[in-house]
Amino acid sequence: MIVSMDLELKDVPGQLVRALIPVSESGANIMSVIHHHDQRTPSGAIPVQVVFQLTSGRLDEIIDNLERNDMRVVSVNKKYRLESVTLILIGHIVHSGMGDTIDQIDSTGFAEVVNVSISMPAIDEPSSASVVISASDKTELTKAVDILKRVAAEKDLLVIEPIEIDS
Amino acid sequence: MKTVKLSIIGFGAVGQGVARAILQKKDYLADMDINLVVVAISDRGGACVEPDGVDLEAAIGRKKETGSVATSDLTSLDVIKDIDHNIVVDATPTNIEDGEPGLTYMLEAFRHSRHVVTSNKGPLALKYNLLCEEAKKSDLQFRFEATVGGAMPILNLAREALAGNRIISIEGILNGTCNYILSRMTEEGLSYKQVLGEAQELGIAETDPSYDVEGIDTACKLVILANSIFGMNVTYDDVDVTGITKITPESLLLAGAEGMVIKLIGEVRNGDNAIIKVVPKLVPKNHPLAVGGTLNVALLRTDLAGPICVKGKGAGSMETASAVLSDIIAICKNEC
Ligand SMILES: NC(=O)c1ccc[n+]([C@@H]2O[C@H](COP(=O)([O-])OP(=O)(O)OC[C@H]3O[C@@H](n4cnc5c(N)ncnc54)[C@H](OP(=O)(O)O)[C@@H]3O)[C@@H](O)[C@H]2O)c1
Repeated sequence: MIVSMDLELKDVPGQLVRALIPVSESGANIMSVIHHHDQRTPSGAIPVQVVFQLTSGRLDEIIDNLERNDMRVVSVNKKYRLESVTLILIGHIVHSGMGDTIDQIDSTGFAEVVNVSISMPAIDEPSSASVVISASDKTELTKAVDILKRVAAEKDLLVIEPIEIDS
Repeated sequence: MKTVKLSIIGFGAVGQGVARAILQKKDYLADMDINLVVVAISDRGGACVEPDGVDLEAAIGRKKETGSVATSDLTSLDVIKDIDHNIVVDATPTNIEDGEPGLTYMLEAFRHSRHVVTSNKGPLALKYNLLCEEAKKSDLQFRFEATVGGAMPILNLAREALAGNRIISIEGILNGTCNYILSRMTEEGLSYKQVLGEAQELGIAETDPSYDVEGIDTACKLVILANSIFGMNVTYDDVDVTGITKITPESLLLAGAEGMVIKLIGEVRNGDNAIIKVVPKLVPKNHPLAVGGTLNVALLRTDLAGPICVKGKGAGSMETASAVLSDIIAICKNEC
């Protein structure tokens, strides 16, 4: 099976090699690597396209390994696995049980919280978090964001959403 | 030469800015065959009335020295009712409880067949339809470009320059104080309280900043846009409002790591998915809405022209006077 995978890599040295290791270790035969150094995503990441021939290894294992190493897998064979959105939460996030909030989204089965960064200045002060939610399409993503907003409202958290961008 | 008589009601930053702009633009106006004569100026202390034209330089000097422009006991209402003139410029303080004193001044102006130009949002945020009906009944002009975005043209842009377009939505930063606070928090990593203190020292934020930072000012401007551009018939109570007081420096850092900034965005849209709300939002750093400092910005989505973006100074004596003067000139050309 020939697989074409789009990744987003952080702009730090060694990322490309780190991205290719899980692919080659699975025994896949790498056919081409296109490093779009001139095209940045809004967060400054570099899009990379890797095409490989999969023989014995498993695709989901490769994806897991990449994600564990903090790399975003944007699409596989141009099928966008992920519509994703970044949101910021402000409030007593930890006290209010962030895990519970994430569980509510993950348990839907159609969406997933793929990244959470929490910043706590001091006990008693409101903390802030950025949350990345992914889903397989826009409608499901909207549903997941609605769940987050509902949970946030119950816990008195402020949710900051991105503006709509014209395509 | 066409002579147009006007009164300036309220002689603070904006009122004095209008007087200075008229002085400064005397030749420009003469080239347009307009002779603008300010027949009265009033503040809380009373009025000065001069049918042949108030000496504007002296009026500004008197205000500075004595605290009032008044040379007589006549009140603002006496001026509006009894002194013969064409245009009332209302530059009295914004009050979103009952719209006064501006509301009464504007209604009386229409009753006495005078056009109205204003920078005062209060009466418009509360009684837009009533004011428009009264103006229409007497075939008078009611213009208020200065109420939204200060110097930045938006109402006249949508109504005149973009005539023929359907405006689909408007989204923007309509409060310079909030924009300044969020921009400084982002740049310096300071807390909301620290930057608010700095803004108050610089005169960018009021001693009681709640009107700005709670999003109320932005909401009032959205109401004006919604009613005048989208024909929506809404008031302040219809707006869903969240301010910026809860924004933390950490949230701005987290947003920054994703290539975003946080801005207080006002958004209005009509139709099936009608929206009128003020809420902090994530804006990509390279997006046209990501302007810094005290700037205002608006993105209008239109059916023919596509997206149109304007930015400019949202406040300031002369900047706001610029919008008032453009309205006065429009009336001179159309009506008087
Ligand atoms: N400043 C800006 O950059 C800006 C920008 C856009 C819109 N605006 C709006 O423009 C309006 C004027 O703003 P401003 O900055 O010029 O305010 P300001 O400096 O406080 O001046 C307000 C003026 O109104 C007078 N006034 C108050 N109550 C009155 C009454 N009952 N009757 C007659 N006059 C009265 C005051 O009189 P005294 O001098 O005797 O106190 C003062 O001269 C406000 O509605 C504001 O929201 C301002």
